[in-house]
Amino acid sequence: MIPIPAFLVLAAVLFGIGAVGFLVRRNVLVALMSIELMLNAINLTFVAFNRAYPHQHTGQITSFFVIAIAAAEAAVGLAIVLSFFRLRKTVRSDSADLLKN
Amino acid sequence: MAQANLLEQIYFALCALLAVAGAIGTVAFPNPIRGALSLLFSIVAIAGLYLQLHAPFLAAIQLIVYAGAVVVLFLFVIMLIGPDAVPPKDSRALVARVGGGVAATAISLLVLMVLARKTFPRIAPAQAEFGSVESIGALLFTDYLVPFEVASFLLMVAIVGAVAVARGKQPDPQLAKGKTQELVPADEAGLKDRGER
Repeated sequence: MIPIPAFLVLAAVLFGIGAVGFLVRRNVLVALMSIELMLNAINLTFVAFNRAYPHQHTGQITSFFVIAIAAAEAAVGLAIVLSFFRLRKTVRSDSADLLKN
Repeated sequence: MAQANLLEQIYFALCALLAVAGAIGTVAFPNPIRGALSLLFSIVAIAGLYLQLHAPFLAAIQLIVYAGAVVVLFLFVIMLIGPDAVPPKDSRALVARVGGGVAATAISLLVLMVLARKTFPRIAPAQAEFGSVESIGALLFTDYLVPFEVASFLLMVAIVGAVAVARGKQPDPQLAKGKTQELVPADEAGLKDRGER
């Protein structure tokens, strides 16, 4: 059996890659994909901890709800990206400055 | 026994490698189409890890919802946007670079701290029904019934909201009847107003 910390370390690495991508990339689409990556890493952590304490299903149920909310978030986020693209003809997050001045 | 252990380790290493490679590809490819396909690889690898963690139901949900719906939605939007989905210049602010560096350092420190521990606790083998569709389904419809219904309501609101936001403002039919104005997309009209002010 693979020890649980192996999964936790992998999840932390995935979360780190997602966080760096979200902070560094200026493309709104890539930023949204990085958010999905981070949510996936957190789900992996939940499931791994649930495997370590297998008398309840709390972690897996939480993961299930996180997946449902991530789907809703992706739908609304992509709708906002489409709307933003129609307004500005670009997907650079630097260009989202309509509230300035 | 040792052979099964080796197989498990090979399976874990393959999935982990695929997941990390997919994650790096998602973040690093300039073209978001390639990013979305890398995300697909990462998601499939994580579904494989769920199987190893005795969560077959979640692995199936992961494949159906993420690989089947979310990534396809991303691809649709990227293709709707077209070649403009790759902005000409990916300018990076200093704050973002510093923030990214701090995040990367923090995560690597965390990983090193975990790896520095020599011994890891052994975990007991799980029962056969752990994580099965039956047990999760029974829980969802008894203890977690209210959150389940709230989640379905949230998804419905998200669908309506996504349609409302992506559709944009349509010209008001009653206003259009009064004076014959040319059909300007509402967003461009809004930009024009802003420019005049």
